[in-house]
Amino acid sequence: MTIRDPRAVRIVGDLSGLPASASGPRHLVWWGNIGFMLIEGTGFVLAAAAYLYLMTQAPHWPPPGTRAPDLTWALIFTCGLVMSELPNLWVRRCAVAKDVRGVRIGVAAMTVIGLLLMIPRGFEFAHLNTHWYDDAYGSVVWMLMILHTSHIVTDWGDTAVQAAWLFTHEVGDDQFADVEDNANYWTFVVVSWLPIGAIVYGLARWS
Amino acid sequence: MLGLDMRWQLSTAENTRMGPQLFNESFSLHGSTMLFLVSVPVMEAMALWLVPLMLGQRNMAFPRLGAFSFWLYLGGVLTLWIAHALDVTPDLGWFEYPPLSGPAYSPGHRADIWAQMITFTEVAALCASVNVAATILKMRPPGMTLARMPVFLWAMLIASMMTILSMPAIMLVTSMLIADRLVSTHFFAPDAHGDVLLFQHLFWFFGHPEVYIIFIPATGFVSSIIETFSRRRLFGHDVLVLAIMAIGALAFGLWVHHMFAVGLPRLGNNFYTAASMAIALPAGLQIFCWIATMATGRPWFPAPMLWILGFVSTFVIGGLSGVMTASAALDLQLTDTYFIVAHFHYVLVGGAMFPLFGAFAYWYPKATGRMMSERLGQLAFVMIVGGFNLGFFPMHLLGLMGMPRRVYTYPAGMGWEWLNQIATLGSVIAVGGGLVFVANALWSYWRGAPAGADPWGASTLEWAGPSPSPSWNFAYRPVIDSLTPLWREDGSELPVMEGIAIERREVLVTSVTDAAPLYRQQSAAPSIWPLIAAVAVTAMFLGSIFTPWAIVAGALPIGAALTGWFWPRRERAKTGPLRVRT
Repeated sequence: MTIRDPRAVRIVGDLSGLPASASGPRHLVWWGNIGFMLIEGTGFVLAAAAYLYLMTQAPHWPPPGTRAPDLTWALIFTCGLVMSELPNLWVRRCAVAKDVRGVRIGVAAMTVIGLLLMIPRGFEFAHLNTHWYDDAYGSVVWMLMILHTSHIVTDWGDTAVQAAWLFTHEVGDDQFADVEDNANYWTFVVVSWLPIGAIVYGLARWS
Repeated sequence: MLGLDMRWQLSTAENTRMGPQLFNESFSLHGSTMLFLVSVPVMEAMALWLVPLMLGQRNMAFPRLGAFSFWLYLGGVLTLWIAHALDVTPDLGWFEYPPLSGPAYSPGHRADIWAQMITFTEVAALCASVNVAATILKMRPPGMTLARMPVFLWAMLIASMMTILSMPAIMLVTSMLIADRLVSTHFFAPDAHGDVLLFQHLFWFFGHPEVYIIFIPATGFVSSIIETFSRRRLFGHDVLVLAIMAIGALAFGLWVHHMFAVGLPRLGNNFYTAASMAIALPAGLQIFCWIATMATGRPWFPAPMLWILGFVSTFVIGGLSGVMTASAALDLQLTDTYFIVAHFHYVLVGGAMFPLFGAFAYWYPKATGRMMSERLGQLAFVMIVGGFNLGFFPMHLLGLMGMPRRVYTYPAGMGWEWLNQIATLGSVIAVGGGLVFVANALWSYWRGAPAGADPWGASTLEWAGPSPSPSWNFAYRPVIDSLTPLWREDGSELPVMEGIAIERREVLVTSVTDAAPLYRQQSAAPSIWPLIAAVAVTAMFLGSIFTPWAIVAGALPIGAALTGWFWPRRERAKTGPLRVRT
């Protein structure tokens, strides 16, 4: 063994001219966001798999005497959720364009939209026509609904805090990237509902 | 120590050192601790320390997330062990299958403590994995393309991806178990159309990849150590990387081999038998690459390299007994016997702990600036590897003779006593070796010979700077032009780039495939908020053992802590309706 000093170095370039921020997949935090979407997406897939597993094991689905969840509020919620993608994508575009006024208005609007969507979501729970303590069908339906609703609520909290910050502070490049990430996350919440909603409302009718 | 106590209990027939309850608690605590609180976290801890060093970076991508994951991990440790001190010890093994763990058969909170300990450690592991993956993908030094990434970094990246894709399963299933116990859901209640096997499917969808989440980082250690001490570039670098990827993919298709005995359709059993045997192929390729590296290099065998020899020989035995139990027909005979206890200890201790001990000895000089005693290192190696094999090999025979696992005692006249006594003797020797290893680490910390920057003449970046590494790791960003950047045949200096700020915390972010410099990212300063957030999450997790309302009540403090954590510090608005008016 030889005691060696730290390696001698030879400077071959200068990085000081690089920008201090970036957006989209170039940004570090974008990848962190993707990582957490992957975790939560895996959770959704496995919860859906649990539903399908229990469905295939049961002689009747839903169990005799249990009506499938009512569709009215689910359709209102789904339409509202899908349409929320229009302002959401607009906010995202404002963030990429570094439009301060646009992101302030857009994020505030998304906060209101998130709050409004919780109204039909609340009615959905009242019209599931089963309780979590009734049987395994009720348990797994409530699990899927709570899992998705928790994403609506947490993203709404995130959006509300972001709106408050954006209106009270000077917006820098990293915050535009944060708004973009938050918009991407909402898209994840919207897209993940489509298969989950189809399972909860569709398979109870057409299995 | 728990293991040794259990070995003492089993060393004679009808021993009264332990009753059944204490024995149940002992193996549950031993298994849960070693799987959830040691094996996975210790590999992630190695990643959190070594990944930025091997990338020539100053820090991880998300340092506050790293702090948060540590505090949550500590919460998991304290949950299990404080509960143990209060005599609320889980007693149903390291996988708590319902219906035994359900509300009907396990009143009290032992099962809840186990389930919630898992929630703690899995959230911690998931946060750490996102951190490691983002760091490796986006913070490689200029020139370190994916093709020039050391096997160690590939191993950590793939293990992190596996964690991200498998650990949600255990979080989901333990949450379902807690819900069955706390709010009367019926996921696992057959009389309400639930299914107990759903628990096993979800548990093992996580549980089998977990074995490889532990093993794959170890292959990274092994690759680094073998390359350094063989004094040649790894033989078959690309094959090793592809083998790790193959293991990572196949690991998700094996979980049912833990469930051969539950009566699944024969076609399913056949499929999982084939898949379980198939994974031996990439594992075998790795072994051959390592052997070829040693055979064609100029190997020398200080303590870290001895551990690798111990690993190869022990892991091959464990792998072969794995191929045996992959056969559904044979597994039906061997399941729940000591053959399985022998198999998984050979795989986990031989396949992960021996490389970890080697890694500890190998990187100890980098962490402390001092060398470990070679003589004590050799003594510890001989005692641990010898004691381990003496202790666990007889368990194969005990299993074949029919001794079931998880029995607190057995009647005299079964012919099991002498093999159990050999196993106990081996365990005593191995634990003695462990004490020598710890004593060596402590003694060397103060009395070890100075190590210098690079005592082994290694090839990767962590050895470029002083030992121990300063808190900023590197002053300059290295530029990488080969797989072995410190082995410069022309004797030239290490090429580096300047320009990353030294007056503030700043890191270089690069592109995913080519590691081309993109921008300079300000790195987060130390903060109390990750600790506060972890305390708030801990309160919610613990409260939810007793009432579901803890989740509602806990949401507000958690939200407040996360807001404090992420609230950007910038000047007040000069425009808009809420601007500062002067």
